[in-house]
This record gives sequence, structure tokens and C-alpha cells, in this order.
Amino acid sequence: MVKSILLVGVGGQGTILASKLLTQGLMEAGHDVKMSEIHGMSQRGGSVSSQVRYGEEVHSPVIERGGADILVSFEIMEALRWLDYLKPDGKIVVNNYSIKPMPVVMGKCTYPDGILDELKSKVPTTVVDAQREAVKLGNSKVMNIILLGTIVKKMNLESIDWNKIISDNVKPAFVEINLKALEVGKNLV
Amino acid sequence: MKKLMTGNEALVQGAWEAGVKFASAYPGTPSTEILESMTERKEVKSEWAPNEKVAIEAAIGASIAGLRSMASMKHVGVNVAADPLFTYAYTGVTGGFVLITADEPGQHSSQNEQDNRNYAKAAKIPMLEPATSQESKDMMKEAFTISETYDTPVLVRVTTRVCHSKSIVECEDRVEADFSDYTKNVKKYITVPAVAKELRKKVEQRMIDLADYSEKSPFNFIKDNGKKIGVISSGVCYSYAREVFGEEANYLKLGFTNPLPDKMISEFCKDLDTIYVLEENDPYIEERVKMLGYIPHGNDTFPPYGELTPDVIRKSLYGSELPTISYDKDMVISRPPTLCAGCPHRGIFYDLGKRKNVMVAGDIGCYTLGFSEPYNAMDFNICMGAAFSAGHGAQIAFDLKNEDKRVVSVLGDSTFFHTGINSLIEVLYNQSKTVNVILDNRITGMTGHQENPGSGRHADLSDAPMMDIEAIVRALGAKNVRTIDPNDLTLVKETFDWALRLDEPSVIITRWPCVLKKLSQHDKEEFQDVFKDKYKVDSDLCIGCKLCIKAGCPALSYEPTTKKTIIDRNQCVGCGVCAQLCTKQEAIVKEER
Repeated sequence: MVKSILLVGVGGQGTILASKLLTQGLMEAGHDVKMSEIHGMSQRGGSVSSQVRYGEEVHSPVIERGGADILVSFEIMEALRWLDYLKPDGKIVVNNYSIKPMPVVMGKCTYPDGILDELKSKVPTTVVDAQREAVKLGNSKVMNIILLGTIVKKMNLESIDWNKIISDNVKPAFVEINLKALEVGKNLV
Repeated sequence: MKKLMTGNEALVQGAWEAGVKFASAYPGTPSTEILESMTERKEVKSEWAPNEKVAIEAAIGASIAGLRSMASMKHVGVNVAADPLFTYAYTGVTGGFVLITADEPGQHSSQNEQDNRNYAKAAKIPMLEPATSQESKDMMKEAFTISETYDTPVLVRVTTRVCHSKSIVECEDRVEADFSDYTKNVKKYITVPAVAKELRKKVEQRMIDLADYSEKSPFNFIKDNGKKIGVISSGVCYSYAREVFGEEANYLKLGFTNPLPDKMISEFCKDLDTIYVLEENDPYIEERVKMLGYIPHGNDTFPPYGELTPDVIRKSLYGSELPTISYDKDMVISRPPTLCAGCPHRGIFYDLGKRKNVMVAGDIGCYTLGFSEPYNAMDFNICMGAAFSAGHGAQIAFDLKNEDKRVVSVLGDSTFFHTGINSLIEVLYNQSKTVNVILDNRITGMTGHQENPGSGRHADLSDAPMMDIEAIVRALGAKNVRTIDPNDLTLVKETFDWALRLDEPSVIITRWPCVLKKLSQHDKEEFQDVFKDKYKVDSDLCIGCKLCIKAGCPALSYEPTTKKTIIDRNQCVGCGVCAQLCTKQEAIVKEER
């Protein structure tokens, strides 16, 4: 049984590091795993995604529309943008954090209210304040690891040795705060 | 040892295991990380070249002199490098030579979607198409053997989803390739017509020999599930096909794809009721299958553009995708890429966007975003280095038509070194009155910050001679040259006013680092305390006129509830462009440090 995890957000939010750690953990746990992401121009503040698939044998590195078991969105509107990649019986974790796209910055339209309600009306949706929790930990950048923690809990991946994965892949000075962030994330959902 | 690797990292692993000793490249998505990753392999001399043609030529020279060598580039880069490639296909190699082309079905970060498999056919060179990271490693290794066995350059064609997808790779040790002896051989390497005519015949014989190899290659294989439906596929499409068809089809997986294995294709097709050819972009395999007398479904069923991801295949075959959730799509606002907060291109495009009777000739880089809202300050962009030359041609057209329109041509520092320098020679030699702007942000920006001849560092970050763009421009004969700080809007305006008053060519160089650049020691000395300031809005003074918003900075936004502008302190890096727009109220002020 292949499982698909879709991480989405805005360029610069750290989806790539989160999915890197996730795939590394899944591999070390013995799964076949594939991950796909897009680099380049879209990273300049555009909509970005990292797609992770794991199981006994994974073929496609990309998740198709209607194919994700869980959608983890680092930003509110991005969850809705990618909603049709989720299975109808899938679930969502969404960071309660919005980044205004250029049309909103320019005052041409407003950032819509009610996206979280729209999400909740469709599928089981967990809203987390990863940004605020990250600031509480003392570094807003660990928001991505907090969200990784929510995935670990929601996808029942707690038996993987995440301490080792983080210690092996993060600069020594940041290991401790990242480990804390992972715990915070697990406890948020 | 098993490792998770992107396709790009695996290509490097394969080349490294094969004992490659020299690698050259010019950055371009999705190929960039190949050379970046190679710089970590200390046994290999890895270099950024100023452009793809130069990269391939440097690698050719190393190959002629006896090293296993390689070049890597994005698909459009091969257009730039095609000239040396086609002739190196005639001479053949001394040390193995492999060219990696990274194609972009879906055009995630490219100006076109050309299918570079056509280059292998046109240049008459062997080609490999990996589907996974493991295959990327294995095929890259084999490519060097093929190159030396058949005395030919080899093309390895990957696509975005191979380059930027990670999967598990079984890694092995490096086997040092012996240096191949170089002996002078004019009958092989001097391509005067008398020699080249003989080489031409050799190329045809080589393709006949390679056709035999293709039938036996371990990278071409049949997976027989005992079905009457068959799928022929290459590259990542094979992974997509397995996802959709599962065990309900037989598969012919093609990894060595020039020349194609005709006998194997016929053997696969002969007892099938239905044949699908799944390949992204051109009907490269499909046409061969048809030539062999079979009628497959290819472009009659699947789109000839974009990616053939499983959902696209499903929709093409069955008319529908997997079930999806329907929702209010009106709530989703587009999120196009934007110039970053603190981007040094902002002031230039803010000014250009306000000017009437100006055509802006653009180029390839982050600054292409100058075309978009709120600047609307670019008319066209074609390819690397074309801004100055195409701008020159456009100015000739306006002048001949007696139209009072001026052309401002804009490109970046890395693009200047790439081929913009040739275009500037065109302008200065033929003396058109265009305004030529070099946006020098001290790095190759859009591809993720690669060094270039102007940045003062090599690919491995060791010190390099720092080429002085202004000195180069003056040496070419430019008389009207100014170097300015692009964040000073008054200076920007004055400088454009000055250049547009001239009846001869001018060059404006802006010099300010990319906000995302990891600053070098030189940068820190030249741009002291850069990006350390923050600006804030004094909400008592802000009248909500939105003038500052016209800078298009993602750190700024207009709050409709309070009718005031706010600055996101996390994003602001203190370029001060917005503060210069707040002329009446002076409501945007620099914070005390």
C-alpha cells in the first residue's frame, strides 16, 4: 500500500527541508520512497509543493490529483489551492498562517475569509498555530519542523528514530531546537 | 550503501564512480544541482563556464586530451552548445565524454518545452534516458563506457521529474579511470572537409554498431505480464505508466533510445491488440514504432505537451481522473512569483514602468518578472543574451518607421557574461541608440545563486579573478557608461533621463547584491551593513494613498480595514525604495538600529 503525503506552501517557507527529513526517515524505516519537488522561478514567493510517496514499491514520484492521503499546508490559502490533490477521504493539517499574494498586496482583491471553514466542511481538518509555536521556541524558522511533527503523528510514523534523522541532517547548533519543534508538532494534533 | 538521492545527485554519483575527472556547466533549471553537487567530489575538477557552448567545449578539450569529462545544461542550453556537439560527434573522443541535457516537460521554469531527444537523432549520437535516480547513476556510468567503446559523445537525457525527484540509490566505489593517452591525430581531430568527409562515413557505421548494442542493452527490457495491451515508454513516463496500468499491461521499457532497438520493438508489438506509447513531448518513439509497421496510440490519445503524470494519462485514457473534492475555487487567488523584498531590480522596473514611448527588451533571469504587475515594464524576452541584440534590431525598426520610440534593453550580470557580451558588441559596433542596462546583483540569481566570472569566486567557492563589467564595457568602446545604486530612485530616474537624451548607445550598470545571496567577504566590504535596516510605517502619518504599494514589494501590504499600509518586519531588509515613494507624508521611516 503506497501512501502519499503532499506538503504545500509558499516559496521560502521551508517545505523542502521538512520533506527531506521525512523521506530520509521513511527510507531508514525500510520503505521504498520517492519525493518530488520543483525548483526555480516558482520559489520566488510562488506556490510550491513537495510530494512524498512511500510503501513497498513506489513507481510515480508525483502525486496525482485525488491521490494524496494527507495534505499539509504551511499557509492557509495554499491548502485550498491544492485540495483537489487530496483523496476524498483524506485529511488536512493547515498552518494558521497567511501570506498575502501579490494581487492582495496591491489591494486589487482581499485575502478571502472563511477558507478554514471551507476546508473543514469538506474533510477532517486540523488547524495548527505552527508559526506562533515556532516563535515561542525562539526561532520562527522551525515552523517547518513543527509541521513535520504533525505529519509524524497523523501518519503514525512515531516509531521512526527522528532524533537520529534530525541530528544527522541539521547543523549541530540547531539540532536541539528542531527536536523540540518536532515534539511540539506531535502534540499539536 | 543505499542513499536517497535526487536524479541530479545520482548522475553525479554515476559519473564519479566511472572516474570522471572534469565537469563543466552553466546553471539552468533543472540541471543546476548537477555541477553544484559535483563540486563536493574533490577527485573531479568542476567548473562553471560563462555559457553552455563554452562548457561543452572545455569538456571536449579535456576529453580530446584524455580525461573522462562531462558537461551538463538545461534543454535550451544545448541549443547554445549545439555547434561543438555536432562536430564532436564526427571526431569522436579520447577520454569518455558525456553531455547531460535536462529537459523541462511542463515548463516549470523555462521559456520553451523542446524535446532534446531530437538532438541525439540529429547529431547521430547514442542516448540514454533514465527513469529513476538508480537508473540515473547506472546509465551515467554506462555512458562513459559506451563513449569510449564506440568512440562517440553520449547524450544523457533527463527531465525535471528525474532531476528533482529523490529515490533510493545503491552507491558503489569510484573506479579511477586511467588517463587515456593523447597522441596527435589530425585524421581524427582536424575537421577540414577532406577529413570530415571520412569521419561522416564513420558516424554512419557507428550508428549501425550501436543499433546492435541497443538490442542487447540491459536498459531496454520487456516486462511481460501476459496481456494483450502493451505500453512502450521511456524516462519517468515509465513510472507513471506503471502507476496507471499496474499489472494489466505488458511493458517495453526503453532506456537506451538512440538508436532504438527495432527488433525488440517488433518482438514486443507483434502479438499485442493495443499498443500505447507513453512519452512526454514529441512522438520520438511513436514515429519509430509506426515506421516498423505498427499502429500505436500516442499523440492521438495523449497530449503532446506538458507532463504525462498519472492523472493526465488517466484522463486521456478513461476521460476522468481519480475522484477529487469539489470546492469553492473562487476563494483561491493566484500566487505568481514576485521580486523578493529588497530585490535590487525593483527600482529599475518601477522607473521603467512609468515611462511612455519606451520598449523594454528583456532577458532570462529573475528580472523577467519586471514584465508583471505592478511594473508592466517589459515587452519581450527570447533567450539568454538576446536583450541587447534584439533591442538593437527593434530600435532599427522604430527608427526606419520614424516612430519616436526608444528601446531600453535589460539583462543580468551572469547573462551578460553568458552571451550578452556578444550582443553588446553588436550594439556598440553598429551604434544604435539603445539604452543597455546590466543588472549586476553580484550572482547568478534565479537558478539559486551560482558564482560567475563577475562574482569573484569559482564553483567550489575558492577565490577567482573578479571581472569588472564596467571596464569590459569601456574596453569594448562604450563611451556613455554609468554605474549606479538601483535603490536610489532619484539617481535611477536621472540616469535613464540622461541615457534617453543621447543619440548613441549607452550602458547603465546597476550594482547591488541579490537579497538572497550569501555574501562574500568582498560583498561585505563593498556593501557595508547591507540588508541590516528595517523600515516601518508611522500609522499616524499614513493616509492610505497606496503610492508605496506601487513598488510591488511583498513585505508591504495595504490593510483595507485600517486604510493604512503595513510593513512585514520579517521580510523587510531596508532597501528603502518604498520610503522614497512616500514623498508627501514621509510616513515610512527607518527604524533605529
